[in-house]
Amino acid sequence: MIAATGISKRYGAVRALDGAGLDLRPGEVVALMGDNGAGKSTLVKTISGAVVPDEGQITVDGVPVRVATPHDAQALGISTVYQDLALCENLDVVANLFLGAERRRWSVLRHLSMERATRDLLAQLDVRIGDIRVPVSMLSGGQRQSVAIARALLGEPRLVILDEPTAALGVEQTAQVLALIRRLRERGLAVLVISHNLADVREVSDRVVVLRLGRNAGEFRTADASREEIVAAITGAGE
Amino acid sequence: MTAMPIAVTGRLRQGEVGAWPVVGGLVAITIVFSTLNDRFLSPENLTNLVLQMAATGTIALGLIMVLLLGEIDLSAGSVSGLCATIMTIVHVKQGWNALLAILLALAAGAAIGLLHGLMLTKLRMPSFVVTLAGLMGWLGLLLYLLREGGTINLPFNGFVSGLSDTWLPGWLSWALVIGLAGGHAGIATLARRARLAAGLPVAPAWQVPVSSGGLAVVLGAAVAVMSADRGVPLLLVLFGALVVLLDLVLRHTAFGRHLYAVGGNAEAARRAGINVTSIRILAFVLASTLAAAGGVLAASRLSAVNQGSGGSDILLMAIATAVIGGTSLFGGRGRAYAALLGVLVIQSITNGMYLLSVDSSVRFMVTAGVLALAVAIDSLARRGAAR
Repeated sequence: MIAATGISKRYGAVRALDGAGLDLRPGEVVALMGDNGAGKSTLVKTISGAVVPDEGQITVDGVPVRVATPHDAQALGISTVYQDLALCENLDVVANLFLGAERRRWSVLRHLSMERATRDLLAQLDVRIGDIRVPVSMLSGGQRQSVAIARALLGEPRLVILDEPTAALGVEQTAQVLALIRRLRERGLAVLVISHNLADVREVSDRVVVLRLGRNAGEFRTADASREEIVAAITGAGE
Repeated sequence: MTAMPIAVTGRLRQGEVGAWPVVGGLVAITIVFSTLNDRFLSPENLTNLVLQMAATGTIALGLIMVLLLGEIDLSAGSVSGLCATIMTIVHVKQGWNALLAILLALAAGAAIGLLHGLMLTKLRMPSFVVTLAGLMGWLGLLLYLLREGGTINLPFNGFVSGLSDTWLPGWLSWALVIGLAGGHAGIATLARRARLAAGLPVAPAWQVPVSSGGLAVVLGAAVAVMSADRGVPLLLVLFGALVVLLDLVLRHTAFGRHLYAVGGNAEAARRAGINVTSIRILAFVLASTLAAAGGVLAASRLSAVNQGSGGSDILLMAIATAVIGGTSLFGGRGRAYAALLGVLVIQSITNGMYLLSVDSSVRFMVTAGVLALAVAIDSLARRGAAR
């Protein structure tokens, strides 16, 4: 289990996070919701090592850990797929999957081994891409998102963080990506999804955590919570 | 036949123009010049054309390294002239061994590239400005080194001049053709078997003999033509070997992969843990070292260096060579073979116009037109890819 507790972060006079917390369990999809400026991104960045919090603690299986850099997070098994996906559009799917972690022998690329692993991984995840040797620029938005998620899985992580994975996608491609998120859960991964889209969140998540003004403003089991309850927590209508 | 234009425009939209438009252009150029002048296709002229190609092609090969990053090296011409001058001075005036002198020239090129790379990455100067300063600065140093006389001759029978006046014996040329085509077929067959063994999709079996056979025909035709004159020049073998070597480096090493990655999306490459700074510096070191090598070849052809070494239109010709061969100015797209294809086009046009005694004013305008056309195609392909 990976947990963040009592996380606070100030940017000058702005208090981005004020004692926020989150816990993530294997085989569970948690949706992190909140209005713009609620502190979602900052909280996620403290877990993925992009931001060091002023106060608070991150624990893995109850043991306090230091996550000062993205590299620390990766070493702990935390993989993040950012909204911009960070793919090289001129390279093919195989090259993007193994970017910066190419399999090589005497610095010569092992093309076959990497292509085999890519095909196997995509098949396991049921991601369908016609030709994996074409540049990523020729793939659809949903396929690109799938490639980025598949890349996050290569390091055998225990937690995958997805930042707005369906923000720029159409209906059918959104369905593909949501199905992929379910398969991550089936693989026993902890999944944290940041999203604005209540419909997507209700469809795919097990638990919803709502932030408001840098604090935890509510936590729901998705199956039990009504749309209105979640919206009220996001907007603070109940206060 | 109707499927052809669709395939071409489709690929254009994908951002992959491929080599066929260039080959088509080359055929068109050949038809035009051979009808205008019957000496254009003579073995003697074609051999001269090959000799003219090597220097520009080698400089273009270096330019491709920085173009792949989306950067530019405007100093390549000046650096080639300067390094050739350094070689000539230590060889002729200081009496150094020719090979040592060439190595010194290459080392000087590498040092210049390192300086450019550091200015780009550490001082965050745009490559355009760094190398524009280099264009002028290194030319200034060349003029300073040559200040007395302005020309230094290389011994006609020496090693350096010999580089461009050595011809492969017939049997060796043909052995080379057989070796290259056979090696191509062997490697392609082994690669296909390995893919099958790994359960990966493969191209149909007939593609191996067809592509290796095609290679054998093209190489064989070239050797047959050149054998009718003086034979296959060593210069062509050197240039060809460089092209093949860099193609292998670009496609099969982590460095090559990272070069494309940085050119495609530097931020993504950085986040993936690639050392973007060292890749950039290394590309500029390679570019200037290859420019130095091109300069040595040019000096060998001329058997001298002078104030015009590496000057006038060499830089633009090299850039045109890279772009016409299919290297994108926007980074991340292109192959080492671009240098070979591009220089064939550029040099054929130049050579053809020389044969027709076209005035240099017209020559410049035609070359500029070809360069503009190639860049326009590159821009259109990029716009298509972005969609």
